[in-house]
Amino acid sequence: MPPKPQSPTTSVRVVTLTIDDIDVGAREDETLLQVAAENGVRIPSLCHLDGLGEWGGCRLCLVEVEGSSKLLSACSTHVAEGMCVRTDSEKLRRYRKTIVELLFAERNHVCSVCVSNGHCELQDLATECGVDHVRVPYRNDVFHVDSSHDLFRVDHNRCVLCTRCVRVCDEIEGAHTWDVMGRGAGCRVITDLNQPWGESDTCTSCGKCVQVCPTGALVRKGTAVGEMEKTPDFLPYLTQMRGEV
Amino acid sequence: MQLDDLKARADELRSEAARSHRIRVCLAASCQSSGAGEVCEGFERAVESAGRGDDVEVRRVGCLGLCSAGPLVAVDGRNAAFSELYRHVGPDDVEGLLDSVEGEPVEQLRCPTDVPFFQRQHKVVLENSGLVDPDRIEDYIAQDGYQALVRAVTEMTPEDVLREVQTSGLRGRGGAGYPAGLKWSTVAKAVESPKYVICNGDEGDPGAFMDRAVLESDPHRVLEGMALAAYAVGASRGFVYVRAEYPLAVERLERAIRQATKEGFLGHGVCASPFDFTIELRMGAGAFVCGEETALMASIEGLRGQPRPRPPYPAESGLWGGPTLINNVETLANVPPVVRNGGEWFASIGTPDSTGTKVFALAGRVENTGLVEVPMGITLREIVEEVGGGVPDGRAFKAVQTGGPSGGCIPVELTETSVEYDTLRAVGSIMGSGGMIVMDETSCMVDVARYFMEFCMTESCGKCIPCRAGTVQLHDLLVKIADRRATSADLALLEELCEVVQMTSLCGLGQTAPNPVQSTLRYFRHEYEERLVETPPGEFLVPLDVVDT
Ligand SMILES: Cc1cc2nc3c(=O)[nH]c(=O)nc-3n(C[C@H](O)[C@H](O)[C@H](O)COP(=O)(O)O)c2cc1C
Ligand code: SF4
Repeated sequence: MPPKPQSPTTSVRVVTLTIDDIDVGAREDETLLQVAAENGVRIPSLCHLDGLGEWGGCRLCLVEVEGSSKLLSACSTHVAEGMCVRTDSEKLRRYRKTIVELLFAERNHVCSVCVSNGHCELQDLATECGVDHVRVPYRNDVFHVDSSHDLFRVDHNRCVLCTRCVRVCDEIEGAHTWDVMGRGAGCRVITDLNQPWGESDTCTSCGKCVQVCPTGALVRKGTAVGEMEKTPDFLPYLTQMRGEV
Repeated sequence: MQLDDLKARADELRSEAARSHRIRVCLAASCQSSGAGEVCEGFERAVESAGRGDDVEVRRVGCLGLCSAGPLVAVDGRNAAFSELYRHVGPDDVEGLLDSVEGEPVEQLRCPTDVPFFQRQHKVVLENSGLVDPDRIEDYIAQDGYQALVRAVTEMTPEDVLREVQTSGLRGRGGAGYPAGLKWSTVAKAVESPKYVICNGDEGDPGAFMDRAVLESDPHRVLEGMALAAYAVGASRGFVYVRAEYPLAVERLERAIRQATKEGFLGHGVCASPFDFTIELRMGAGAFVCGEETALMASIEGLRGQPRPRPPYPAESGLWGGPTLINNVETLANVPPVVRNGGEWFASIGTPDSTGTKVFALAGRVENTGLVEVPMGITLREIVEEVGGGVPDGRAFKAVQTGGPSGGCIPVELTETSVEYDTLRAVGSIMGSGGMIVMDETSCMVDVARYFMEFCMTESCGKCIPCRAGTVQLHDLLVKIADRRATSADLALLEELCEVVQMTSLCGLGQTAPNPVQSTLRYFRHEYEERLVETPPGEFLVPLDVVDT
């Protein structure tokens, strides 16, 4: 008799589904975003980062799933047998474009004077979604810049509130220095109990938050326009090595 | 405890109460704020000094219904000889009313109850409201309280209870109208444990106070409903989530939980059966979004009150990852009568699709403001013109808004629409949790839309981009239109943004925030168009202040 199949954890079924008319196979515990990426289908996203817990806030990865009246975020939706998914349609493209425009108008993303110019995920998204101008009025609210940390700086004018910094600091570094305060448009990422970053007791100065920040909101000091390049690729490796995934 | 013991106790309590005259003083929040506390103490002192403590009982009760006429006092003669309701009672009226217990009503204070406001109502949820003292479990028992629970745990299986709720056709009263029986059976089917039951008493819709009235006037009903739900789905821990702005509800709930635990209706081995169920209270700190179920659960867990994407739904993975049943206060308050009288009885009230009754908080330009409980299927016009007494000051009735910031405005031409989940949805509004605002000809619909958008904008949790940034833009556009600074391009942008925010927001707050705009655009588009201009007044780019570090 052949040996029984053994699974390292609890048993996970394998399913097949279609994404944009491509037949794909997937493990039941995978998300649509993961499976799409494995099969070369790119779904725009901003708050998602491989190696971090899912947040579901940017709404860029919304997809159409047959049989569901609502759009579903690909990062938080698990695959299911026979699912029929569409990641790109006229409507989805229009929604994504508007969301990126809303982000640009919300705070002060002046790329030409930003240290992340040219290495910014928001810029890339604008290009990808075909944003060539912003139709909603710019808010022009002034946000604070905190330079009190020896090595890093946070510029809230460029923050998109993706909470990657909050998650990496909590989940990976274990310091939980960052959090979010306030409501609605008044939301802000804060260090400790809304103290200046430089005075934080919990910050280990590891710089992970800077590396995962998609824009020029969290940067290394001493960088000039366009010089701030980030490398968040260490994350999936780190989580895998720790056996957390 | 057996059902017969409880029934005997109820009979005894009733006959004991019938032996004296009774003065019921409404001490719900609304009457309290107009001086009912003083009136009640006045009665207590007067009864004592007249030495009538033995034959006149002063009872502190919950909402008597017509909040706009408070403080309200009801006087019942011994052996149910007569019952009179009095309005606008002040401390000076105490003596006269005390004398009236013998059967001589005080004419100038009388509040007639043979009018449509009272006659057209059908009380199920509020059946005990105004009759029982919310601080006394005996009063609830005297109204056959806890009999459904005792019968369930001693004579019925969880499946039996579930079947009654399914037969009743009861749908969620928290806004979306999801069938309660279906939700319960999903949680009952879940294999993981522990399971939880949550009562959603966050009630954040502006102007709505249905749940507050239930919690303040008849808290034991909600506890019994939760215990029945827990028995049906197999949960042993429950939470009531009440907003901290309802201190009276919190106080009464706390006392009710203590009393019910002491009497054995809650706690270890409910009514000497093997079923355990405890209830804890959690207070919300005033965020509207914490009424959304996933945000509410995060809040109970001690996290920031922010929604998360669903699925997974709470029934599958809720509080601390366990299968969780979450229902609105009014939904749960309907459960004891459903189990006591049977699901068929409940289904015979209302319409086939929307069974039972609904409590509405009637407000705005209407004669009788306050809480009304009406059978489903009644038309909006009947509620406004008959129950509500119509629009005052001879003005014309223009529209009625239901569903608060998630709902829509229904114009007067459509007020023959019956109050049912699907018919209200078809005319662009929703049943909602029970806010109902009547508007007359002087109300400006752009203003109404702007008001609700401002509410959503300030209450947005900020997690997702379309709601956080979109509601701000929508609000600005509405202000611009109201101020006659907008062009037709702005109106087009308004409509487009409405669609994006509705379709892409994470939770119900953002998804429904455009509803008031869309429904007023549907029926009152001319009010928007009238305010548009050809060329906008000159606009300047605001220069950025130099950013300080
Ligand atoms: C922004 C928002 C606020 C809500 N507020 C409440 C509330 O205050 N009370 C309530 O019962 N349900 C509220 N809900 C609905 C709940 O999420 C949930 O659907 C409800 O409690 C389920 O109970 P039901 O099935 O008995 O209606 C809210 C939903 C959203 C999206
Ligand atoms: S829709 Fe609004 S309230 Fe809901 S998660 Fe998004 S930002 Fe928060």
